[in-house]
Amino acid sequence: MIKIWSMKKNEDQAAKKKPKTSAAQIRVQKDLTELDLPSTMKTHFPDPADLLNFTLTITPDEGMYKGGSFLFTFKINANYPHEPPKVKCEQKIYHPNVDLAGNVCLNILREDWKPVLNLNSVMVGLQYLFLEPNADDPLNKEAAEELKRNREQFIYNVKSSMRGGTIKGEKYDIVIKEQ
Amino acid sequence: MMAAAVAVNGTASSSDWDGRYYHVDQILDRPGPRTDPSFLAGDEVKEFLREKCKILVIGAGGLGCEILANLALSGFKDIHVIDMDTIDISNLNRQFLFRPKDVGNSKAIVAAEFIMNRVPGVKVTPYFGKIQDKDEDYYMQFNLIICGLDSVEARRWINATLVNMVDPENPESLKPLIDGGTEGFKGQARVILPTVTSCYECSLDMLNKPTAFPICTIANTPRLPEHCIEWASVLEWPRVHGEKKMDTDNPEHISWLYQIALARAKEFKIEGVTYSLTQGVVKNIIPAIASTNAIIAASCCNEAFKIATSSAAYLNNYFMLIGTDSVYSYTFEHEKRQDCPVCGGESLDITVNKEWTVDRLIEVLVERQDIQVKKPSLSAPGKQIYFQAPPQLEEATRPNLEKKVSELVPDGGEITVTATTLPFNLSLRVKYI
Ligand SMILES: [Zn+2]
Repeated sequence: MIKIWSMKKNEDQAAKKKPKTSAAQIRVQKDLTELDLPSTMKTHFPDPADLLNFTLTITPDEGMYKGGSFLFTFKINANYPHEPPKVKCEQKIYHPNVDLAGNVCLNILREDWKPVLNLNSVMVGLQYLFLEPNADDPLNKEAAEELKRNREQFIYNVKSSMRGGTIKGEKYDIVIKEQ
Repeated sequence: MMAAAVAVNGTASSSDWDGRYYHVDQILDRPGPRTDPSFLAGDEVKEFLREKCKILVIGAGGLGCEILANLALSGFKDIHVIDMDTIDISNLNRQFLFRPKDVGNSKAIVAAEFIMNRVPGVKVTPYFGKIQDKDEDYYMQFNLIICGLDSVEARRWINATLVNMVDPENPESLKPLIDGGTEGFKGQARVILPTVTSCYECSLDMLNKPTAFPICTIANTPRLPEHCIEWASVLEWPRVHGEKKMDTDNPEHISWLYQIALARAKEFKIEGVTYSLTQGVVKNIIPAIASTNAIIAASCCNEAFKIATSSAAYLNNYFMLIGTDSVYSYTFEHEKRQDCPVCGGESLDITVNKEWTVDRLIEVLVERQDIQVKKPSLSAPGKQIYFQAPPQLEEATRPNLEKKVSELVPDGGEITVTATTLPFNLSLRVKYI
């Protein structure tokens, strides 16, 4: 057998034993403890000992979704950051990039995910969807078409949906932030 | 010489006949111009290879079948193999140790029996199960480990396990890992010397990520059969089945997805949705090509042979084969990442007074010039000690600041430290006084 050990001794970094904490766990610890969120975003851990399952509440302070409080669940699996976190909107909301089941169309959550991205990037990306809803990547087609066709009407629909209104036969959840 | 070898095919005998290793011995009987200086030509190295060297093969699939055959034929005689899968009829086109009668049986067991019947004197010990079933004591018995896996998760696991196993007091604890992987016409073989060279985790961002289609395309403008299948699995399955998890090994689940995808395809006039494509998309199966497997497996086995015998310089450390546009291969030294959560970062032995609180330990860390850490967050395996953020976790872990470190971490235990100022993580090994 080759003598690897001698090569090791020459290494400037001394031999070391790493903790049993998994790579995914360390990454999540690093991501979470370094979150740099504006006051419009807040995380909540139903079980503070479980870092892999939590929620994010976004309360936009500008734009057409201002005044709403939007709840997302984050599920991280053992293959993080090779795989992106699974994110879902827990409310039925009127938004071109969120479908009625809570699926979110955000490129970095799927096709553009890279391990160098982190939870902060995902959260910032989600908040951006409320500031700039994107009619070109529709998940709620009705909403996207309305946004393209008549921005005024779209904004009216957003406000109405946030109060629990019905748009084109779909009743939306009340998401107005409690003052 | 060749005639002798041919004559005994099929009859297992433990004794080596004259000239059995005539060709391999050309390499082992004398050094070459570039042979490692530690190479001792002749009987000793042959005895090590054929009597003492114990090698583990992880995976008995496309790569694994090739690897097992190559190892056995180049003189390794104590081979172990792990695989959790059973043989599927679709494996038979390239996994040549299996026959139609073997369908449904364990890959590891059938492969082991085949090799032992075919190559006299070789002992192959199979394990039908998961690599995670085995502990460090098990992995410690091998001289070398070769991986022929198609799962990122399993590779990350074995890589982290082997890096963790390296004990500074014990040279035997450092096990070379040779990792092979293929994807269609592309493949790679690499040599990982845990803690010495870059590890699997270091190169995670080099992986081709599984093809994912934008969710809005799937939902609104499907053009490909794959879009219809993803629609069924990503959107329709959770909508219809709620919390029930999809099992990609369950034929009923695949059939359901296939039917839904087929209906969707009809609606959008898309052709090409089939049962096997459905299975391929949801299991993220990349078409395996027998010849790519053969090239990569051969490369892995050559490295195993060179490392076991030190008869020639081994690969340092990454060989890449790209056969998609003509043929291109490239060998380079992949560098260790300082911020690798498995092999990178810093490790520090730290002496802690038994009476110190967590707060005191944090102060000590912040004051240390050699680590330059600000606002560190600390955890022990499986539990948080103190997190600086987010606010809720800071609050939940704040009571720990007043507790003694010795109440939370055993002597010799590990603390993982992360901080914005550290590009990597720091691992502390605690010793109490
Ligand atoms: Zn590494």
